[in-house]
This record gives sequence, structure tokens and C-alpha cells, in this order.
Amino acid sequence: MAVVDNTFNDPTQRAPLVIGPTDCASVTNTVCEIAERYRPPRSWYVAFTFSVALVGVLGLSILYLIVTGVGVWGNNSPVFWGWPIVNFVFWVGIGHAGTLISAILFLFRQQWRTSINRMAEAMTIFAVACAGLFPAIHVGRIWLVYWLAPYPNYLGMWPNFRSPLLWDVFAVSTYASVSALFWYLGMIPDLATLRDRATSTIRRYALSVASLGWTGSARAWHRYERAYLLLAALATPLVLSVHSVVSFDFAVAQVPGWHTTIFPPYFVAGAIFSGFAMVVTLAVPARAYFGLKGLITMRHLENMTKVILATSCMVGYAYGVELFMAWYSQNPHEAFLFLGNRPFGPYAPAYWTMVCCNVVIPQLFWLKKCRTTPWIMVIIALLVNVGMWMERFVIMMSLTRDYLPSSWGSFIPTPIDVVMLIGSFGLFFLLFLLFCRYLPMVAMAEVKTVLPHGHQP
Amino acid sequence: MTEHEEQSDQPRVVSGLLAEFADQQALLTAARAMRDAGVRRCDCYSPYPVHGMERALGIRHTILPWLVLGAGIAGCIVALLLQWWTNAVDYPLNISGKPIFSLPANIPVTFELIVLFSAFTAFFGVLALNGLPRFNNPLLEQAKFRRATSDRFFVSVEAADPVFDETRISDLLRAAGAVSVEQIFDSAVPAKIPLAVHLAGVVVLCLAFIPPLWIAKDRQTRSDTPRIHPVTDMDFQPKFKPQAETSLFADSRTMRPPVAGTIARGELNNDPHFYRGLAGHEFAPTFPEQAGPVDMAMMVRGRERFDIYCATCHGLAGDGNGITSQRALARADSPAWRPPLSLHTQGVLEQPVGQIFNTITKGVDRLNDGNLSMPAYGPQISPRDRWAIVLYVLALQRSRNAQLDDLPVSEREALQLPDPSTNQPTR
Repeated sequence: MAVVDNTFNDPTQRAPLVIGPTDCASVTNTVCEIAERYRPPRSWYVAFTFSVALVGVLGLSILYLIVTGVGVWGNNSPVFWGWPIVNFVFWVGIGHAGTLISAILFLFRQQWRTSINRMAEAMTIFAVACAGLFPAIHVGRIWLVYWLAPYPNYLGMWPNFRSPLLWDVFAVSTYASVSALFWYLGMIPDLATLRDRATSTIRRYALSVASLGWTGSARAWHRYERAYLLLAALATPLVLSVHSVVSFDFAVAQVPGWHTTIFPPYFVAGAIFSGFAMVVTLAVPARAYFGLKGLITMRHLENMTKVILATSCMVGYAYGVELFMAWYSQNPHEAFLFLGNRPFGPYAPAYWTMVCCNVVIPQLFWLKKCRTTPWIMVIIALLVNVGMWMERFVIMMSLTRDYLPSSWGSFIPTPIDVVMLIGSFGLFFLLFLLFCRYLPMVAMAEVKTVLPHGHQP
Repeated sequence: MTEHEEQSDQPRVVSGLLAEFADQQALLTAARAMRDAGVRRCDCYSPYPVHGMERALGIRHTILPWLVLGAGIAGCIVALLLQWWTNAVDYPLNISGKPIFSLPANIPVTFELIVLFSAFTAFFGVLALNGLPRFNNPLLEQAKFRRATSDRFFVSVEAADPVFDETRISDLLRAAGAVSVEQIFDSAVPAKIPLAVHLAGVVVLCLAFIPPLWIAKDRQTRSDTPRIHPVTDMDFQPKFKPQAETSLFADSRTMRPPVAGTIARGELNNDPHFYRGLAGHEFAPTFPEQAGPVDMAMMVRGRERFDIYCATCHGLAGDGNGITSQRALARADSPAWRPPLSLHTQGVLEQPVGQIFNTITKGVDRLNDGNLSMPAYGPQISPRDRWAIVLYVLALQRSRNAQLDDLPVSEREALQLPDPSTNQPTR
């Protein structure tokens, strides 16, 4: 395959979205052969084994937690929300890039999204699964987790609908449901493609059921496109609302460092920032190992690095506004926290890691060299994810410096905290590896619409 | 193999035509040709949505957006009613004095439910309108049709169409650029589910009956073993409960008495007259000021308290013949019973009010043997009520020893005493 540079910025000609052989059959073959291959590449097995081991450790630590109690975490007065909520916000944020790519870029008619949206949506669902894990086990008595739902019960009680924590339950569960529906709806035509190529009976039956008997009829396509548009239009405000609601968990409380109106947009920008970093982290190795360089081109990667750069600047601006408001408001508690405790207090290393990884290092993406070199991208993306995790940690550590010095304290994670964070990465990568192995990684039907023939009237 | 032979023996009914095209332009041309020819029961198939197909084929706009709009409105109403009814009507919960139902706090959940209802409607709506899932489509049995989801384009025309004419339609399709035109047959034998799936279904169905049957059996039978307690929920804790025995302390009591000399909050009781009936070192002959005015209200209160606490032993008139005492004396097996004193005995009559108060408060050890003949009522009756009882006891005593001169003149006539001169009742 001839490597074509499609990262040029010549306004007189349209850069190709897909390079290499660009007919429908070759797109079908490229994508389907990954899922149909009898043996995946050896590196897949290595990664799979490693992920399964991590998931095993995660499962055991969760079992230990359930049997023993939440005291196995480092959570204690005054930080009752320790790493579990940090991990929750981190993973929910990761998910946001998927919906952004699949819904918001769809509404904006950004057709380059077609090559990466399936992968990004899958990432969303897996990240939300990892996120949902933490509040679920954080309730302590996990067998009563259904108390979160409003259902008529013998206690005669209902949840408090004016609590941000309850909003969170609704927002995250709605987000998970809608993302899954959106993902599955988008996959039905591609599952039908796999069905029609299936050679073994079991595979054909399984795919027939999964693809629901899709034929690609013009009437079906008409309604399908309308439904897809509607879901995109619904998912767009949804994705903005989800991280806004997550930020309400903090912003509605009165803790200094939390009680700020900038939180919703700041959280959403940070979520998209970290999510795109994760998409880059996954897409670069996936396109290399599964031969998708013609579909997920350098231009796709470059576009994503540009989004990372833009959101990095937004996040940096938010950090700056927090500092400015702490000074300008003349609120002694805010000033103490933002201008004293965070940059120079006990958790200063986390703060400066956050600033470096989220604001300083992504500025390298101003250089074209960094935007078009995969290994540099991956390193920066990994650092961004470290920085975004640190951001949530820094926010959480506001709890150690409340209004009352008598209730000041510190937070020290336990080994279980660390194991669970690492284990959640194992779960995420395991799900993603299974997705790469068995499902169409690229939205074939959508890519076919942006092939050169698709633009002909 | 036998199935195929059977199928080939039967006469096969042509249910339509299927034309294959190499590109979307040809497909659009064919779609227009079919529409121009007046064919209505025809459809096009493509691996991706082809632009302009709606117009070429005359597809009307789907009602899906309206369904989604309805679902969104329903989600909004359901969310608002749910929040209002649960939090404002059924279980009103005061949170920091904020309004029980205020729209701003209810917006997030309302928004999420609007999106949730709409999204589910969009998803299941498009499946329902498209007639999915459908697993018996004869098109899917055509070998060539397998490329419809990859890189080929197809037009199908149903034989049931009023203007269907196999030759004419076939010619039109070829003229539009069809690579091939072939007949579609109704499947003589409907698609069969393999036997293994049937068997698995039967097995699963049988297994599914086990849990409900087990539950039904357990609900109808008795068992000596305690119920299973999988989640203990802190029901069993290593601790001593009140009123229970313990090995921890020498007196085996889990409830600890206060340290000697402890005075509970509000029980300093540093007025010896009011709390102990003392004036200096002697029993007080008068009522304390704190007991309130000595009047009819206090007397009524005293009678009520006396009837409740004292009359069971001392009797309603204070003769020492209350029902408890009568019953105890009647029983042969209660030799330890010490009959209560009549309040009208000389010793009691001579007692100052402070001493009667002291007796009520602390009880009395009449035989001086270390056992209280009368228990202490201080812990049960408040000091004011004890003084009220003392007042009523005085009244009872007076009632046995009163002179006619003690009564006001107006009351004397009401007594209906015999007139000493006529020996007749007055009035």
C-alpha cells in the first residue's frame, strides 16, 4: 500500500479521508478480516493474557472489599471520597471522547470521524463500565445498591431527587444506556456484513441474531439514518450534561475548591481532553497491529491531536481562572486553597504534575512533527491521562483542607486502592481487546459513504 | 441433503425478481425506472445509505421523529411527576429548609429521563418500523445477495405488485444496467431452527422451573433449621446488650451503675424542704413554696396520684386494705407480706407533713430489719406530686377526725345531719 501523506493543508484540494484502495470491497475485506482471522497477532495474546491477569486481581480485590468492608481503602475522615471517586470521574471523562466523536462531530458533518467512531464508541462503553464499577462498590453494602433506584419499597422511602449524587446515578446510567444503544445501532449493518461473509454455521447463526436480519433496504436505511441523527442529537446534550452533573457532585457542595460555577464547562473540556488522549493511545497501536493505516490515517491522528491541543488550552484557562478568582474574590478560604495549599501544600507534586501534563506538555502539538509522529503522540497522550487523573486527585484533596482547621487531615491510599486502579485499566483493555478481536473495529457502512464515489451526486 | 431434494420436487413459486448492480448510479437509475413504470412493491439494497434514493424511490418521510418527540414529552412528564410525587407528596423530605419541590433542582433528572425515553424510542422505533428483527427473509437465501452488505447494489421487485410482469420488469432492470437479474422463490420449507437449539431450549426451560419450585416447596413446608442469613448486615455483633449478663464485670451486669456520689444533670435537688421534707434537721411541719399554692387544684391532683400509686396497698380511703394487700393476705404462700399501715393510726396522724413526704420518697423500714416495708416512690413520682399526695393524705386523715364546727355553715345543711332537737333530718 502506497503511503500517501494526507496531512497537507492545501485549501484548493480536499484531503482524502481514506487512503489506499478505496472501493467498497477492499474496505469490507480490510475490516472484516480482522474479526474473521483464525488467529490474532501474537501481541494480541500477550496483551490479552496481561489484561486477564489484571482483571483477576481486580475481581479478587473487589471480593476482598465486599467481604471486609470499605475500610480496605484509604478513605477516612475527612476524605471519605478517595481514589474510588477519582477513578470514577477519570473513567467517565475518558468515555466522553467517544460520544463526542460519534455524535457531536456527526452533527457538525466532520466526516473524518467515520474511521474512528466505532472504536471511540466502544471505548466510551468500556470506560463507563469501569467508571460505574467504583460508585457501585463504594456504597459499601453492594447487595443494597438497588436502593439507588426509585422503586416502591417496604421502607416507604424514596431517593432524594434534589441531591447531585442522585442526579449522577441518572446521568451515568442514562449515558451508559444511550451510548450502548447508539453503538449497537451503528453496528447492525456491519454485523450484517460479517454475517454475509460467515463460513461456519455457529458464526452465521450468532451474527444473524446479532444483526437482526438487516438487509440494507433503502427504506430501512432511510429510517436508520433518521434514527442515527436523532440519537446523535440526543447524545450531544447528554454528553455535555453527564460531566456537568458529575461536576455538580463537587460544585454543589460548599467545600473550598469545589464550590465554583466554572466546574461544569471545565469538567466537560477536561473529559474530552482525556478521552481524546485515550483514543489516540488505543488507535495508534490498533491501526498498526490490525493493518488499518489506510482507514485510520495520519490525518485522523493529527485531527485528534488538534482537539487535544484545543482542550488542553481550555483546561489551562480553567486552571488560570481558578487562580484568578481565588485572588480577585478576596475569599480567604479560596485564596488559601488555590494560592497556598494546592501549589505549595502536601499534595503539591500532584498539582504540578497536573499542570505539566495537562497544560505544558500538550503545547508540543503546536509542532507538526509532534502531530504526525505516532510514538510522540502516544507518549503525550499517556502523560495527558496521568495529568487528568492527577487533576481529579487534586480536586479531591480539597477535602483535607476544610473551613475548620480542626477537621484538617490527609489521605493516604492503601495497596487495595492502587490495585483497583490498575485492575480497572485491565478491565478496560480486556474489553477493548475482545472488541478488536470479534467485532467490526471500523464502521464499514459509514466509511463507504465517504469513499470518493460516495461524494458523487 | 434430503431437505434439498424435497424442496426441488415441489413446484416453486416465483415471488419476485432480484437485480444486481455494480454501482450506486445504476441503482439510482433502476430505482427511477421502477418508479416510472408504476412499480410500488420494490426496494433497493445497498451496503451504505445512497444519497438521493428517497427521491428516486419515492420513500415518504418516516414518522420516527414524531414518535421520539412524543417519547421525549412523556419522559419529561414522567420525570416531573415522579420527582414531585415521591419527594413532595409521598415522602416529603426537608433538606436544609429548601423547597420540597423546586424546578431547578429537578431539571437534571428530568433532562436525563427525556433523553433516555427518546433514545429508547428512537432505537426500538427504527427496529419496529423496519420490521426487525426478521430472520426469515427469502432474500437472505440468495447467494448473490450476500454482497448487498459489502459492495453490490440490488433491486428487488415483488411479484405481488399489480403491474408486475416478469419479462417487462426484467428488461427494464437490464436497461438500467443490471449485471444480473434472477428470480426469487418463496421458501417452500420455512427456515428451520436446528434440533440442537430446540433441545437446548427444552433443557433451559426445565432448569428454569427448579428455582420457583424450590421456593414454592420451602414456603409450604416447615424446617427446624434457621433461615439462611447470607448477608449479616451487622446483625451479629460481638457486644453485650442492655439487661444481659456479662463475664466482664464482677457483678455480671452489662449496664453499669454510675460512680458513687454521681449526681445526674438537673438532679442536684439542693432545696432540702422541697426535695426531702426537711427544715434544718427536723421534718418540716409546713408545705414548701415550690410545691405551689395549697389549693383545690393541688388537692385534686393529689387524690388522682394517690389513687394511682398508693391506693392499691393503702386502700382508697387509706385504711390499709388495698386490693394488693387483700389478695396477698388471702394467699397462704405469701408469708413475707407486710400489711400496709392504715393512715388513720395515731403514729401516722402525729407525723409532720415533711415526714409523710419523706416516707413516700424513700419508703419505710418499719421493722428495722433492713427490708423496706413500703418501697420508695421518689423515683416514680415527681416532688410536686408527692407534696400533692401529702395534702390528700392530710385530707383523708381529717375526714375521720373532723368536728361539725370545721365545716362552713353553708355546707353543714348539705350533710343532712339529724337535728338534735327534733331528731329528724333537716329538709
